[in-house]
Amino acid sequence: MHAAKPAYDKLIFELSSPGRFAYSLPESDVPDSDPAALLPKEHVRASVAELPEVSEVDVIRHYSRLSQMNYGVDTHFYPLGSCTMKYNPKINEDMARLAGFARLHPLAPEAASQGALRLMHELARDLAEISGMDEVSLQPAAGAQGELAGVLMIRAYHLARGERRHKVLIPDSAHGTNPASTALAGFSIVELKSEAGGEVDLADLERNLDEDVAAFMITQPNTLGLFESKIHQITEMCHAKGVQVYMDGANFNAILGITRPGDLGFDVCHFNLHKTFTTPHGGGGPGSGPVGIKAHLAPFLPTPVVVKHDEGYGLDWNRPQSIGKLQAFWGNFGMLVRAYTYIRTMGPDGLRSVSENAVLNANYIMKRLEGDYDRSSPGPCMHECVLSARRQKKLGVSAMDIAKRLLDLGFYAPTTYFPLIVEEALMIEPTETESKETLDQFCDAMIQIAREAETDREVIHQAPLTTPVRRLDQTLAARQPVLRWRQSP
Amino acid sequence: MRYISNTPAQQKEMLAVIGASSIEDLLVRIPAKARLSRPLALPGAMAETDLVRHLQRLAGLNAGADDYACFLGAGSYDHAVPSPINHLISRGEFFTAYTPYQPEASQGTLRSIFEYQTMMAELTGMDVANASIYDGASSLAEAALMAHSVTGRDTLVISRGVNPLYRQVVETYVEGPGLKIKSAPLGDGVTDLDALRKAVSKHAAAVVIQYPNFFGCLEDVRAAADCAHEAGALLVVVADPINLGLLTPPGACGADIVVGEGQGLGVPMSFGGPNLGVFAAKQELVRRMPGRLVGATVDVDGQRGFVLTLQTREQHIRREKATSNICTNVALCALMATVYVAILGKRGLRKVGELSTAKAHYAARELAKVPGVRLRFGAPFFKEFALQLPKSPERVIKRLMKDRLLAGVPLKGFDRAYKDCLLVAVTEKRTKDEIDAYAAALRAAVA
Amino acid sequence: MANVPPDLRYTREHEWAKVEGDRARIGITAFAQEQLGDVVFVELPKVGAKVTAMKTFGVVESVKAVSDLFAPVTGEVVEVNAELPKKPELVNSDPYGQGWMLVIRMSSPKEVDGLMSAGDYEKLTAGAGH
Repeated sequence: MHAAKPAYDKLIFELSSPGRFAYSLPESDVPDSDPAALLPKEHVRASVAELPEVSEVDVIRHYSRLSQMNYGVDTHFYPLGSCTMKYNPKINEDMARLAGFARLHPLAPEAASQGALRLMHELARDLAEISGMDEVSLQPAAGAQGELAGVLMIRAYHLARGERRHKVLIPDSAHGTNPASTALAGFSIVELKSEAGGEVDLADLERNLDEDVAAFMITQPNTLGLFESKIHQITEMCHAKGVQVYMDGANFNAILGITRPGDLGFDVCHFNLHKTFTTPHGGGGPGSGPVGIKAHLAPFLPTPVVVKHDEGYGLDWNRPQSIGKLQAFWGNFGMLVRAYTYIRTMGPDGLRSVSENAVLNANYIMKRLEGDYDRSSPGPCMHECVLSARRQKKLGVSAMDIAKRLLDLGFYAPTTYFPLIVEEALMIEPTETESKETLDQFCDAMIQIAREAETDREVIHQAPLTTPVRRLDQTLAARQPVLRWRQSP
Repeated sequence: MRYISNTPAQQKEMLAVIGASSIEDLLVRIPAKARLSRPLALPGAMAETDLVRHLQRLAGLNAGADDYACFLGAGSYDHAVPSPINHLISRGEFFTAYTPYQPEASQGTLRSIFEYQTMMAELTGMDVANASIYDGASSLAEAALMAHSVTGRDTLVISRGVNPLYRQVVETYVEGPGLKIKSAPLGDGVTDLDALRKAVSKHAAAVVIQYPNFFGCLEDVRAAADCAHEAGALLVVVADPINLGLLTPPGACGADIVVGEGQGLGVPMSFGGPNLGVFAAKQELVRRMPGRLVGATVDVDGQRGFVLTLQTREQHIRREKATSNICTNVALCALMATVYVAILGKRGLRKVGELSTAKAHYAARELAKVPGVRLRFGAPFFKEFALQLPKSPERVIKRLMKDRLLAGVPLKGFDRAYKDCLLVAVTEKRTKDEIDAYAAALRAAVA
Repeated sequence: MANVPPDLRYTREHEWAKVEGDRARIGITAFAQEQLGDVVFVELPKVGAKVTAMKTFGVVESVKAVSDLFAPVTGEVVEVNAELPKKPELVNSDPYGQGWMLVIRMSSPKEVDGLMSAGDYEKLTAGAGH
C-alpha cells in the first residue's frame, strides 16, 4: 500500500494568468454607454475585484478534476444514515431544466405561470395524500426551514387560542436541527430521555406534559431506525394535554404507502424532498423541506398559498393569520419539479415498494453485520440500522477509524457518532436503490475491518491512503482559520 | 420496479438470510391500527415518454425567458448563463455528493466552496463569506439574528428601500426572539438619511439598507454606516454580488455584514428557487456567523487540504444554542456561482455591470419619452428603475405580453403608494431591438 | 489519572480556583482538557465584567465539542489571559499554569470554602471519562 499523492492541488485563483478570459459578452448596442458618465463616481469600484483570469479550457479541466476528488452516489455506495442517499434519476434533471420551468421568472404574471402553479398544486396534494395531512406548504427551502415553519405555526395556533405555551419536548436522540429550529421559534427545550431500546419513554413523557408545553417533536421512525410502536398512545397523551405533535420526516423513506403521519395523530410533519423524493444533495444543498399540517393549522400556513380557482391556479396572499414568508419566493421550485417527476414515475405501488425494499436492505445489512458489530437494539429495523463499534473501540479502533478505512475500500462512510445516545454509533442507511451485490461488497468490507481491528490495526489507523488527501488536521483549521485564498506575497 | 435494483429472487434470498418469510415480517413494530389499508390515492406510474410529454405541456404553459424578452427583476434576474456551468454542475461527483462531512472523500466540493467563499468576500469587500444560505431573504433574516446576538440589542432599523419580500421574511424570523422592526422611509428613491438617524437609537442592533435598493437606486452606504456605527449598531447591506464587479463593494463603505441574492451568477431563475443566499462579514464576527464554513488545513503528510471548520457554531454540535438552525444550504448553486465568476473573471464581471448599466439607462431614457410615462424617482440608479404609467400597470403588462415582452413587476402588490408604477430591470442580455420594441409597444398601450 | 494539584480548589464542572489574597485565579482542570481534546477556542469576558458563582462566564471549544465555563466564585474580572485567543493550546499543555483564564476579585471570599478539595475532586473524576 502506498500513499496516493494528490494528482491535483490547484485552486482556480492559482491558474490565473493576466489577459486570459473565458467569457463571451456582446458589445454594447445602445448609444451613450459609458458607465463613468452614467454612474456617480463614488459608486464605481475604485479597484478591480481580484478574480481569476482563466480560459474556458482551464475552467472545464479544473472543475472536472475537482469533481473527481469527490465520492457521489453516481460513483460510490453512500450508506449515510439519516440522509437517504439514493439514486437521483436523470429524467428529473431533464425535466427541471425545461426552459418553461428553469427560465421562468417568479414574478411573471400568474396567467403566464399556470404550468408551474399547477405542478406545485398537484405536488402539494400528492404529499398531503402520502402523509395523511390536510394541507402542505412547499415554501420551506430545506428540512430545518420546514421545522421552523411547523413550530411557528404551532406557536401561532396556541397564541390564537390565548395560550402562551413556551416549552417544546424533544427526545435526546433527535437531529440537532430540532432543538435549533425550536429555539429560533422562541421556545425553551426540554430534552426527554429515550428508553434503552431507543423508543420514547412514556412515563417520562407523561411527567413532562403540562400546560406550558406547546409541542412534542419526534422523528418517526426514530433516529435508531425503529418505528415508535406506541405512537397512537403518544399522540393521544399529547392531545389530551393540548400539546401538538410534530413529526420530523427525515426518515420518511421507511413508510411510504405503509403508514401515514396524519393517521398516526401527528399535527405537523415536514418532508425532505432531497432525501425521500430523489432530488440531488448537490454537495450540501439545495434541498426542499415542504411542511404538512392538519386543517386546524391551515390559517397559519406561510404566504402565499398556491390555490386553485375557477380560472386556474394562483397565489393567495390574503391569509391574515399566516406566520409570513420564509424565503423571497414560493419555494425551491427546481426541486419541486424533480420530486413531482419522481412521484409520477413511481406511482402508488412504486412508492410502497421503495419503502419495502429500503427496509429489506437495511435488515439484510444488520443481519450480515450483527456478528461483528454490536446492535443498538433488538428486533428488525426500518430503513436504517444503527450499530455500535464499542467492541472495536476497546481494541483501539473508533467509529471514525472505521469510516476512514471504508473510504479506502471504495465506500463512502456511514453516519458516525449519531444518534448521540449510541456509543461509537455507525448509522447505516442503504436505501432501496442498492442491489444485493453492492450490499454484500459493503458487508464484506465491514467484516474485513472488524477482522483488521483484531489483527492489523495499523492499516485502519493509516487510512485513508487512496483518497486525494489523507486525514486532515481539523484542530489547525479551527485554531487558525484560513477561510479564503489570498495571493501569497 | 424502476430504480429498485433487487430482483424478486434476490429479495427472497435476502429474506432467507434475515430469517424472515416476507417483508411484512420486518414491519412487525408497526401496529395494525397504524397501517394504511389501501393503496395511496395517487396517479399511476407513468412511462418516461408519457411523463416527458406531460411535463413539456406544463412547462409550455409558462412564459419563460427564452420566448419573452424579460424585463422582470425585484430579486430574480435574467442574466446570461454560460454553457459550461450546466455541464460541470451536472457531473455526478458534484451533483450526487453529500455535505462534505468526510473531507478526504469530498475535496472537490470543499475546494469549490473555498473558492466561492473567496470570490464572495472579494466582491462584497468583506473578510469572510460562508458556504451559502438558502436565498437572499433568509440570508438577511440570519443577519438580523446575528446582529441581535452580537450587540445584545433588540431593534432592527430597516430601510423601505429593502426588498419588501425580504422584509417579510425578516418579520417571520424575528417573531421567535421577539425583535422589533422600525422602518426608515425613502426620500426620492433612496433612504431619507435624516429620518434614518431619528429611527436609530441605542436599542438598534442593526441598520439595514439595500444597495442598489429595491427600486434600483444607489444608496449612500457610507452615510448609513456612520449612522449605524454612531449608535453602536451594525450596518447590514443587502447587495447582489453580480453588480459588485462594477459597483463599490459595501465592505469598502463600512458594512459589517453583507448579504444578498446570488442567483444572477449563473443560477437559473427557476420560478424563484433554488436561489443562492450570500452571507459575508467582518473577520471579528466570524464565530457568530450562521451556516457552514470551509477552511484550509494540511493532512498527516503535510499536504494542503480543506475541511468544514468552526463547526461548534452549528446545530449538529451546539443544538439549541447554535448560531442558526440551518443545515442543508445551497452548495450546488454556490458551485454554479463559482464557475460563473471563474468564467467571467476580473474583466467579464465588470463588463456585465457596464452593459447592464448602459442598457438600463438607455431603456429608461427611451421609455420615459413615451407620453405620460416618467421615471418615478430622481436618484441615480443602476440596472433597475421604477416607471410611472398613465394607465394601469397590470393592463400594460397584459397588453405587452402579446408582443412577447415581460414588461416589469407591478409595484402595487408591494406598496400602495406606487400602485401606478412598474419596476423594470435590464440585464446585459437585453438588446437595443428589444428595448426599442418595448418602447413602441408601451407607446401603443398607453395611447 | 489526571494531575490534581493539592493547593487548588475545584468545581463539579471541572474548573479550578487558586486563591491569591482577595483574588482567585481560575482555569479548567487537566481532566477537563483531556475530555475536550484539542482546545481551539476560548471565549472569555472582558476586564470589569461581573461573574457569579456557578453561572457561566464563557465557553471553551474543541473541534467537535463546546463546554460552558462556570465561575467558581462571584466577583469582578480584573485580569484576562490575553494569550489564549492566540494560543488556545495552552489550555491543553499547561492547564494550571499558562492556560489560566481569569483573575477574579472576589466579592465574598468565603465562597471558596464551598468548593471541592483536591481529594474530593480526585474522587469525582476517578473512574469517569475514558
